[in-house]
Amino acid sequence: MPLLDVDHLTIDIPTEGGLLHAVNDVSFTLERGETLAIVGESGSGKSLTSLALMDLLPSKAIRRARSLRFDGIDLQAASERDKENLRGDRMAMIFQEPMTSLNPAYTIGDQLAEALRRHRKVDRKTARDRAVHLLERVGITAAASRLGQYPHQLSGGLRQRVMIAMGLMCEPDLIIADEPTTALDVTIQAQILKLLRDLQQEFGMALILVTHDLGVVARVATKVAVMYAGRLVETGPVEAVFGAPSHPYTRGLLRAIPVPGRTRPGEPLGTIPGQVPSLVGPLSGCSFRNRCDHAQDACASEIPDRTVTPGHRMACILDPVQTWAEAPALALDDRRPQ
Amino acid sequence: MLMFLLRRLAVALSVVLTVSVIAFLLLHLSGDLALAIAGPEASPEQVAQVRAQFGLDRPMIVQYGAWLADAARFDFGRSFYFRDTVAALVVQRMPVTLTLGAISLGVALVIAIPLGVLAAVKRGSWIDRAALIFCALGQAIPTFWLGLSLIILFAVNLRWLPVSGSATWAHYVLPSVALGWYAVPAVMRLTRNGMLDVLASDYIRTARAKGLRWPQVLFKHALRNAVVPVVALAAVQFGFMLGGSIVVEAVFSMQGLGHLAWEAIARKDFPVVQAVVMLLATIYIGLTLLADLLNAWLDPRIRVA
Ligand code: SF4
Repeated sequence: MPLLDVDHLTIDIPTEGGLLHAVNDVSFTLERGETLAIVGESGSGKSLTSLALMDLLPSKAIRRARSLRFDGIDLQAASERDKENLRGDRMAMIFQEPMTSLNPAYTIGDQLAEALRRHRKVDRKTARDRAVHLLERVGITAAASRLGQYPHQLSGGLRQRVMIAMGLMCEPDLIIADEPTTALDVTIQAQILKLLRDLQQEFGMALILVTHDLGVVARVATKVAVMYAGRLVETGPVEAVFGAPSHPYTRGLLRAIPVPGRTRPGEPLGTIPGQVPSLVGPLSGCSFRNRCDHAQDACASEIPDRTVTPGHRMACILDPVQTWAEAPALALDDRRPQ
Repeated sequence: MLMFLLRRLAVALSVVLTVSVIAFLLLHLSGDLALAIAGPEASPEQVAQVRAQFGLDRPMIVQYGAWLADAARFDFGRSFYFRDTVAALVVQRMPVTLTLGAISLGVALVIAIPLGVLAAVKRGSWIDRAALIFCALGQAIPTFWLGLSLIILFAVNLRWLPVSGSATWAHYVLPSVALGWYAVPAVMRLTRNGMLDVLASDYIRTARAKGLRWPQVLFKHALRNAVVPVVALAAVQFGFMLGGSIVVEAVFSMQGLGHLAWEAIARKDFPVVQAVVMLLATIYIGLTLLADLLNAWLDPRIRVA
């Protein structure tokens, strides 16, 4: 039984113009120890998908799924109380925007300790010790003295580390990190990613990484799910998807990664021309067809889910490719231990 | 934190000084004081004597210095009208007004803050709409009219509470409601909007992601931040209440500062007016300072500013 089983997840948001189909029939599974990267542009539904797992969607949003199970627990049938008990304990979330995701009125120590004391009957001292331990673990020096500091006294990088430590307080089975490095500069990005990967291996957690950055995916993920306009267009092991990207959108994304040696500094990256279609009102056919070079009449009807190799699926009428000459060999190299 | 405190204190002191200049000028620009003290039938010699006796022939700046030094020792001279020192009059009247103001503010906050929180949490529901209508009404009703209506309903018809005076706590109920009422809409709206902003913030989502239950999310994480601007507003409202106490004390015949100010103005009793102005201004400035400090305690980011 997988740790997480998402089957045909759909999220609709009522708007003045009609129903916005933000996420459509997204399915994936995740095992302990795996890292799934959900990739897409903003508006692709990747963040909503992750929020739906935590049951933290905006209140207007309507979530449906054929099945939504965490460690066998049916998240759709679970009571509010049961879900509160899971959140922060067995499944935790690390948000982007480290500037605003911490409460300005309370110290770091208070906010860290609270995460543990909500779920475990421990005294202040134990919670404090655990907070110090985790702050050290995420690479914060003088951890004990940080506990009394307020978020505004820390740099963005430190706050992001605090967020990660907070997510780890209860040693969750699943940790969801939504763009955990977007707000940070490149050096700190690399440190945080390495840290997440190390911690994930050390604690044997499942990790979901929500990102728009394929470079990040290459460094950390074992599986990747590419989302476009609320649909999962291609998913599979990172090696398979990067080695033989079969959906034209995935290929477009991969072409847009800067490659050392191949992309000269200042040279514009291969961006995909066109815009994401509106998701308001009834949808049909491939939502990428207004931007796709291979679009044909058949693309306007239902697109079947096709298997490229076992575990590697995609939603396009084209025949899957087995190899791709332009595959950016770079990215996966980074994954070797440094 | 100490720097913050000192800076705020310096600002407060300079405002008090400015007010003192205005209060001083109020007295001296309102006509020939020597003439007023000596009385209309006094001869020019008597007036001159009074002028010398009270030091009114000295340069303005010297007089101001002497007056300020006295004021700092709470000596505002004698009332022109009452056979009493101004200080004694004020001390005797002050407790009534301060009690009235404090209870009114308390009543306003106790009604407005929970209502604001409720309206924000139940945004768009009938509770929210009812609260907003209540607010609009609150601002449309004049204080004196509300005071009189309360008297007619609760004191005259139902006979639950006394009509006027300030002898017992029961005497304070109606005036406090009448005076506090006015502050409810502003405080409630600020609480509601503050809560709406805060509830939509990222750190509330973080709190929920930790699995915290609603009461803790609402009261520990949201209200604490939403209430910061409310503290400053409450101080301002208390100032308005001290001003509004003139009307309410008149309606309910309470012997407070407001009533005293009203009598003093009617009788051109300038030393009393001066003292009341100075006192109310100082109280108000003191409260604003207190609000600043309270805010700094509530919101650690302010402390460095
Ligand atoms: S289904 Fe058609 S439009 Fe969509 S990606 Fe494939 S080829 Fe392009």
